[in-house]
Amino acid sequence: MSTTAQPPAPTAASPTADKPVVRPGDKIFAGLSTASGVMILVTLVGVAAFLLWQAWPALVADPSEVRGGNGLLWYIGPLVYGTLVAALIALIIAFPLSIGIALFISHYAPRKLAAALGYVIDLLAAVPSVVFGLWGVSVIGPMLMGIQAWSIDNLQFLPFIGGPASPKSMLVTGAVLAIMILPIMTAVNREVFLQTPRLHEEASLALGATRWEMIRQAVLPFGRSGIISGAMLGLGRALGETMAVAIILSISARYTPVVTSPANPGTIAADIALQFPEASHGAHLATLVASGLVLFFVTLIVNMAARYIVSRRAAFSGAN
Amino acid sequence: MNRSTFRIAAAPAALLLTFSLAACGAANEETDSNSDTTAAGGESTAGSGDDTAGAEAPAEELSGSIAGAGASSQGAAMEAWKASFESTHGDVTVSYDPVGSSGGREQFLSGATVFGGSDAYLSDEEVALAADRCEGGELIELPAYVSPIAIAYNVEGVDQLNLSPETLAKIFTQEIKTWDDPAIAADNPDATLPSDAIAPVNRSDGSGTTKNFTDYLSAAAPDVWTHGAVDDWPVPGGTGGQGTSGVVDAIGRTAGAIGYADASQIGELKTVSVKVGEEFVGPDPEAAAKIIDASPRVEGRGEYDFAVDIDRETQEAGVYPVVLAAYTMACTKYEDANDAALVKAFLSYMVSEEGQTVAQQNAGSAPISQTFRDNAMKAIDAIETE
Repeated sequence: MSTTAQPPAPTAASPTADKPVVRPGDKIFAGLSTASGVMILVTLVGVAAFLLWQAWPALVADPSEVRGGNGLLWYIGPLVYGTLVAALIALIIAFPLSIGIALFISHYAPRKLAAALGYVIDLLAAVPSVVFGLWGVSVIGPMLMGIQAWSIDNLQFLPFIGGPASPKSMLVTGAVLAIMILPIMTAVNREVFLQTPRLHEEASLALGATRWEMIRQAVLPFGRSGIISGAMLGLGRALGETMAVAIILSISARYTPVVTSPANPGTIAADIALQFPEASHGAHLATLVASGLVLFFVTLIVNMAARYIVSRRAAFSGAN
Repeated sequence: MNRSTFRIAAAPAALLLTFSLAACGAANEETDSNSDTTAAGGESTAGSGDDTAGAEAPAEELSGSIAGAGASSQGAAMEAWKASFESTHGDVTVSYDPVGSSGGREQFLSGATVFGGSDAYLSDEEVALAADRCEGGELIELPAYVSPIAIAYNVEGVDQLNLSPETLAKIFTQEIKTWDDPAIAADNPDATLPSDAIAPVNRSDGSGTTKNFTDYLSAAAPDVWTHGAVDDWPVPGGTGGQGTSGVVDAIGRTAGAIGYADASQIGELKTVSVKVGEEFVGPDPEAAAKIIDASPRVEGRGEYDFAVDIDRETQEAGVYPVVLAAYTMACTKYEDANDAALVKAFLSYMVSEEGQTVAQQNAGSAPISQTFRDNAMKAIDAIETE
């Protein structure tokens, strides 16, 4: 650029100096990255098209033909409800926990401990979900039996508490899902908190704030959109989680507010995994794919909502 | 290199097998001559004896591969059959893809596989299709895999539990809610039943086990069980477990639980004896195998089509009616003579005493009766290998 400002300069090395230099690498890399970007879009459209194509027999079938014999809404409705309940429980548990862990790592822990802890949290993300499922059904489930039994004895007036207590309840499933989505949420929160401008923090402290007040005044407001986008990422994972839910959850009800009993609605992903192997003929299989289509859109909406929230506060966000 | 080592190993193996088979054959004849068998029975045993001898002679000749697909229920048994059959016939490869019953029937009828497996026998329409597939030959359907479904429970202090079909159905429809219910006590006068709540456990995934269990309930207790025979458990409110292992695990963990699962997989759990006629029968293999002989064959089918409507209401003594039977489907005529020879040899092995023992050891199935074996061998002998 500077050379174009002085055309007659004797140092002008080549006659093409007035054009930007383009080497083969630029072209190749531009092509590759464009192709990658296009490919992800094509994949997304392809998945949606495939789901629609495979689900079509169920969408146009007579209600008595689809699984359950009462129409698509009858079959998929409780699954959507169950999916949302499980993900919501996971989010309620994981949300404060992930903020706490992230704050500890970014502002409280000694540097060495913080690094080690961050590493351990990331490691949690590498545990296969089937392992979480087995662990949930044999450890977390029995562990939560006491709390559930106590709640049923003492908090029965709450609409979502009811007996008999079960180690395969929705609450147990939600708790395990919470642990599964913790790594992604913590990682996002930690990154955002670490990006809080040093000046904001120091200004707050200089005005006489304690550390907690500084976090409340400077760190949390700055990180809000990041926290939300992390929560949405976690929610996305919880909505789509399959194996762990299939192993843990006892599915034997439709709509119920109770989360402590063995009678729970299923979740879409777990239902597909459970019923696919024996789903015999056309419309039954198509019903399962149709429920997958619904999950696809639910997840898409959640992610778009997250994008929207993040972009609205883009100026402050460190996560976009 | 691999081939030659294999041959070196195969020679002593074949020798060993010859001896062991000879020993088996001798044992057979002994029991047969001791028992009061009719001439026909004697003849057919001799026939099957010849077959094993026949299978041995062309062991050098048999080669190639056959593929089957179908019900996953008999997947473990198929694996066992395949492994020991292949060890006898070094150049033969058998494959069985446990894609599920409907897939198995579809692939067999379309000619994609030379034999199929299915939890249910072919429908009349499918039988019509089979005529084409079998090149004008006959369709063979053999319930060669019979497995008792145990009703397992977890109640402390109750080591023996007898239940009539009606009581059982009421437990699973959750009409009976506690273990000390008078209906349960009536069948178990000597047991001390706790007042604990009953926690029924069922499969949360679609399953042939559920289908067979609900079929039993709807046949044996039609007034109580009105949900019919279904793949997906129809009663809400129970505890759902994924797969056989999930159900067994849930029963083991929950005090007061009762559920149904493949009898070979229930481990240490105690099992219910169900009322058949005037007595109570537990899920032991022999009692389960008898149900095939006690059940009527489906009418209007071919000579070699041993499709049976399992008689769940049987009153015959010592028969356990809660079983899952899986069929093996084949043809008496194949386009390719080698396919025919391989299918013939493999099916002969499956129904042979040795084959059934292998399946029992590996998959916990109930060995088929001698009567049924004789019938099955007639069908298998009809496979044209020329």
